[in-house]
Amino acid sequence: MAEEAILGFLHENAEIADSGEFATQSGISHDEIVNVIKSLSAFHFVDAQDIKRDNLILTNEGRAYAAAGSPEVQLVNAIPPEGITLKELENKVGSNVFSIGRSYAMKNKWVEMDKSKVLTRKVDTVDDKVKEMLMQIQEGKVKNTEDPAFNNLKKRKLVSSQIWKGYSVKKGPKYARERRKPATDLTRDNLQRDEWKNLEFKEYNFKAKGFPVEGGHLHPLLKVRKQMQMIFLQMGFEEMPTNNYVESSFWNFDALFQPQQHPARDSHDTFFLKEPSITKILPEDYVARVKQVHEFGGYGSRGYGYDWKREEANKNLLRTHTTAVSSRMLYSLAQKPFAGQRYYSIDRVFRNEAVDRTHLAEFHQIEGLICDRGLTLGDLQGVLQDFFSRLGMSKLRFKPAYNPYTEPSMEIFGYHEGFKKWVEIGNSGMFRPEMLLPMGLPEDVRVIAWGLSLERPTMILYGIDNIRDLFGHKVDLGLIKSNPICRIGIK
Amino acid sequence: MPTVSIGRDRLFEALGRSYTEEEFDNLCFEFGIELDDVTTEKAILRKERHIDGEVADNDEEVIYKIDIPANRYDLLCLEGIVQSLRIFIGLDPIPVYRVSEPIRKESMLKMHVKSETAKIRPYIVCAVLRGITFDEARYNSFIDLQDRLHQNICRRRTLVAIGTHDLDTIEGPFTYEALSPTDINFVPLKQEKSFRADELMKFYESDLKLKKFLHIIAESPVFPVIYDRKRTVLSLPPIINGAHSAITLKTKNVFIECTATDLTKAKIVLNTMVTMFSVYCDKKFEAEPVEVIYPDETSHIYPDLSSYNMEVPLSYITRLLGVSLEANKVAGLLNKMQLHAESHALPNGDHIFNVSVPPTRSDVLHPCDIAEDVAIAYGFNEIPRRKLPSLKPLPLNQFSDLIRTEIAMSGYTEVLTFILCSHKENFAMLNRKDDKSTAVEIGNPRSSDFEAVRTTLMPGLLKIVGQNKDHPKPIKIFEVGDIAVLDESKDVGASNRRQLAALYCGATSGFELIHGLLDRIMEVTGTPFVDPKEDTTGYYIQCSSEPEFLSGRQASIIYKGKHIGTFGIVHPEVLRNFDIPDPCSFLEICIEHFL
Repeated sequence: MAEEAILGFLHENAEIADSGEFATQSGISHDEIVNVIKSLSAFHFVDAQDIKRDNLILTNEGRAYAAAGSPEVQLVNAIPPEGITLKELENKVGSNVFSIGRSYAMKNKWVEMDKSKVLTRKVDTVDDKVKEMLMQIQEGKVKNTEDPAFNNLKKRKLVSSQIWKGYSVKKGPKYARERRKPATDLTRDNLQRDEWKNLEFKEYNFKAKGFPVEGGHLHPLLKVRKQMQMIFLQMGFEEMPTNNYVESSFWNFDALFQPQQHPARDSHDTFFLKEPSITKILPEDYVARVKQVHEFGGYGSRGYGYDWKREEANKNLLRTHTTAVSSRMLYSLAQKPFAGQRYYSIDRVFRNEAVDRTHLAEFHQIEGLICDRGLTLGDLQGVLQDFFSRLGMSKLRFKPAYNPYTEPSMEIFGYHEGFKKWVEIGNSGMFRPEMLLPMGLPEDVRVIAWGLSLERPTMILYGIDNIRDLFGHKVDLGLIKSNPICRIGIK
Repeated sequence: MPTVSIGRDRLFEALGRSYTEEEFDNLCFEFGIELDDVTTEKAILRKERHIDGEVADNDEEVIYKIDIPANRYDLLCLEGIVQSLRIFIGLDPIPVYRVSEPIRKESMLKMHVKSETAKIRPYIVCAVLRGITFDEARYNSFIDLQDRLHQNICRRRTLVAIGTHDLDTIEGPFTYEALSPTDINFVPLKQEKSFRADELMKFYESDLKLKKFLHIIAESPVFPVIYDRKRTVLSLPPIINGAHSAITLKTKNVFIECTATDLTKAKIVLNTMVTMFSVYCDKKFEAEPVEVIYPDETSHIYPDLSSYNMEVPLSYITRLLGVSLEANKVAGLLNKMQLHAESHALPNGDHIFNVSVPPTRSDVLHPCDIAEDVAIAYGFNEIPRRKLPSLKPLPLNQFSDLIRTEIAMSGYTEVLTFILCSHKENFAMLNRKDDKSTAVEIGNPRSSDFEAVRTTLMPGLLKIVGQNKDHPKPIKIFEVGDIAVLDESKDVGASNRRQLAALYCGATSGFELIHGLLDRIMEVTGTPFVDPKEDTTGYYIQCSSEPEFLSGRQASIIYKGKHIGTFGIVHPEVLRNFDIPDPCSFLEICIEHFL
């Protein structure tokens, strides 16, 4: 009703000069008028200017006198022509009116008192100016609150001043005779009733985010694994079956020409098993050739010259690298007419190491190998260049390194453009003849191979500095859910 | 691809034997044409007139519809197909086409070309088939061949138009002219009265067959026209021949003219007509020449039936095909394709073939065409198949990835937990007893966290929930990963199993939701839900009593008769062991059974 009144008034008139007056004229409470003005102004239907002024309002006492008249007039009117004793008068008008009225009536010289304490009128009639002024104030008819006439009322605490807030209102840029409520959404009803054409939409808050989507999520490490697999497939590599965590020392170490005293075979580095503790089946003729090459050499090698023990080879462990699978694959390749192969795997390996921010007892090893005739160290560097370029690292350099089953062995360093430094990104080499020839591979066949962990490039990629935030049960599910897609290998 | 319809009986008669439909289909397939349909003349008519239900007579002639490669114009008639197939199966030698020597140069028929023809249709080539014997079938084939050539290489007569005439009704020398339509008057084929050319064009506007060719010359101020010595109109190319010189079954000598905007195609069309039908001449494979004299006095003798010679190394052929073949074997194979070849040995051991491409084989452009013919004659399906290097997937890993994606799409979030766990987590905390028959045990654990290889994915998922107490509920997580179990059948005494586990944790247990996820997994693996009493090919669930689940709120999952896993509400004691305050439902199955 208030909104209709305001917009209607502005339709006929240029402005509402004073919301207070408007409220009085229209008989709507000023509070309601103000609320509507605020709302209309927010939607630019109207332009509202603040008005502030001091206003006089009646105190409780003032309000009582505005209704019943000032106490002095009440008192005078209560005096009969013959006069009245103070006692009687007090009883008649009440003690409040009596005491206040008497003093003001005396001051106005409206009454006099004789010695017998009888009060008589000095004037026939009195004008109640006080009541008149109070009523004017009550009706909001007083504009100039500085008028000294009111000072007396203020002194008598019949009125007090208050800051009054209102508005002057003109048409705003979006003024309309009638305001429609803005729609928040397009509904089926809107469409079916064809209301959409006339809809005015509530302004959208573009600073707020949308509603979170519901759905599942893949694990970041496995998203990176997927991209790594794509790269290997694009480079023509076939996946090796690596679903065998339990391995014998033979395939994990001995077949790789890793001597039985090698520190990596120490229980401080490797998980040996209580159950199943030993491997029962090994290819015996191959075992004999491996024993031979460890002890006495052969195939052009001097060997390690130690007493090779079958019991050591039989000991079961959790594989320390996926190269254990590679040794099985190469051995089985050697049992058939030779054909070159490219293999890769990405799977779990286990190290009996202390756990810290960057080391876990289990992690994922990425391994690639090429087995073919006449491969060179240049081929190895070339394939590494190709592989790591696809991971976004095209500046590589190689550091000579030692690895018991590769020779030459190269540590791979890549220049990290973000860190502005060289970082170690993997290990590589050509498998030793002492490993390949006992398997039965032809003499001119070489195997070039490289390995790296899946976790490290993932941590670099996603800026994670504690490996346990990425992998294992201490991860934050929120991190898995908010993790972006992995774009490795698509540039 | 053009289709040629041929009467089966005539075809088999010409081939010298009959074939079953399958035999003939195979022969076509090997040669590179295709027996598209077997029907009858009447069936075609019935189909055209939309008459169904009429019963076929048994004596209707069977028609073979044969699809021909678009570049083999020599196969557009029965004569060409028969000749090619007979040579292909070794019945006939390669024919040698000749142009007869005229007794005197002056006696050679002449065609004078007038300069105005350059404005509308500048080329003409001609030839004579002398002493031809038609019968009804040959005659029809002769007409059909012209139609098919017009439809294909002639591009609906725009490039080339053929006119054939009874030479004995006309008299050379001939002239090829281009005249104003109003100056041309003649009785056209199949009409009785004479038309002026412009009136004739109007007349043909209502002719279903001819109206589509009118546009070729309609806008031209001059129309091409061929006259004989007595001003008899032979034809108004490319629209219609004159009635006067029309050939009949009795025609003995045929004059063929091809007018053209494309000379090369005109020669191919003329050669095709001549080579296909010279087989019916008294002097087989011989045609009589016609001299075409242009206004600038240049003269050309047609038809040109000489062979095109091509030098092709043996090595080129064998390397392209991937078959090692002897030179004489290759020569024999080329003969089957109507290509005469002589080979010469080279000092490097290779051979060079001098291949004569006959006028019938205008499709042969390059040695690669020769190589293809060798392959066809050798048999495409006899060529040893060389396998190129390619990769094989690991089915288990590929399948795992597919399942992972499906479960993530079902609203579950993937986790990746450790393989190693404490003995307690794997057994006691799950209310399970270790009977020492399943778990791989570490001999030298550095801490209790690494005492055993997990035999279930359950502790990993429960630990995740315990660690993520503040995460908004519900929590829906899954893992696809390996466990290891003792396995006497393996050399090392243990083997991995690929497991799938999923967990729901919320204000309520979510038992139905986990059950629904199981159904979804079965749906995406194509497994029906079955009643075990009637069917064991799908899956069903039955009451189970595993200690890690709440009694009466758990089920065993049976897939094709095998127990593959369990789901249920996690036992409150187990929840307490893993410090989880909210109810959880859990599912675990071995997915190797789905492979």
